[in-house]
Amino acid sequence: MKISNLTKGIIKENPIFVQLLGMCPTLAVTTSAVNGIGMGLATTAVLISSNIAISLIRKVIPAQVRIPAFVVVISTFVTIVGMLMEAFVPELFKSLGLFIPLIVVNCIILARAEAFASKNGVVDSAFDGIGMGLGFTLALTILGSVRELFGNGSLFGAAIFGASYKPALIMILPPGGFLALGLLLALYNSYQFKRAK
Amino acid sequence: MENASIFTIMVSAILVNNFVLSRFLGICPFLGVSKQVETAFGMGMAVTFVMTLSGILTYLVNNYILVYFHLEFLQTAAFILVIASLVQFVEIVLQKMSPTLYQALGVFLPLITTNCAVLGLALLNIQYKFGMVQTIFHSFFAAIGFSLAIVLFAGIREKLETSDVPLPFKGFPIALITASLMSIAFLGFTGLV
Repeated sequence: MKISNLTKGIIKENPIFVQLLGMCPTLAVTTSAVNGIGMGLATTAVLISSNIAISLIRKVIPAQVRIPAFVVVISTFVTIVGMLMEAFVPELFKSLGLFIPLIVVNCIILARAEAFASKNGVVDSAFDGIGMGLGFTLALTILGSVRELFGNGSLFGAAIFGASYKPALIMILPPGGFLALGLLLALYNSYQFKRAK
Repeated sequence: MENASIFTIMVSAILVNNFVLSRFLGICPFLGVSKQVETAFGMGMAVTFVMTLSGILTYLVNNYILVYFHLEFLQTAAFILVIASLVQFVEIVLQKMSPTLYQALGVFLPLITTNCAVLGLALLNIQYKFGMVQTIFHSFFAAIGFSLAIVLFAGIREKLETSDVPLPFKGFPIALITASLMSIAFLGFTGLV
């Protein structure tokens, strides 16, 4: 059991900023900070559960059929999370829409199953899932906040810029997703370059 | 969308609701396999092939198995299994029947299983309550929209390779900003249907 398994996913191996995995939900649902957190936590829940389950059964699965087996495990948890969300947070479920079932094909989850959970113990895998999930949630929340701030003049639904601010609607439309992520990545890169010097 | 004509579906799927640029489906291959026009075209063709087939297959599975037995909550799991086995099947058949086509598309096929455009399309077809014919056309044209976007994007990225980009923007950041500009261009089609 290593604590670094928990922390590495947040900054050093952040799934969005470093590994560039799971781009579709990242760009599609981050029209507001709340949506970003909601999507991030839903994915985290699936990631932790699937990491634990796959780590538990890793010795039973034959190597040739491991990918279909992983996909079945993951889609089971996605269905459960989707049903829970529909029951307890119906509004969030509605605004995330299609992208809840699409958590199944989020490459982060399959990548962690294949690269980590199928090779490591249960506790380490759970920690890995928590860390990667939090890193993903963090990135989505930042992206959602930036887009909501400029596109709507608010943060978590509370007005920030006041009534005189004319929102740049483009930021919450599809082009704004690409633009905001591109700029954030450039910012992250320039920070890394400075540290390397 | 229930009674949309073929033409409406075509314009909507290719231009107005382009899968990549306005629905954000299939971003991974869009960013990953778009360094060269040739490979982007290959990916586009492979996706078109699989998406059309999987659109039809998931429609049949949904209407004749899941709805019949009242198992709609299993949609996600059932569809992803259908898609994964379809991709595997296509790979085997292509290898036997047409080695040339297999060589052209082969490397892209395994990647398609985790392409969210394929699963997204299956779920959208059901959300829109499309009939069989509409499903076939919507699947095909959505895939054509994906191919169009990825080939155009690859063309721009080939030019970007030789241009002078500020260091922190090199690689993905500038590619994303390019995609943003393309997406703005496609916004111009809003309201066409």
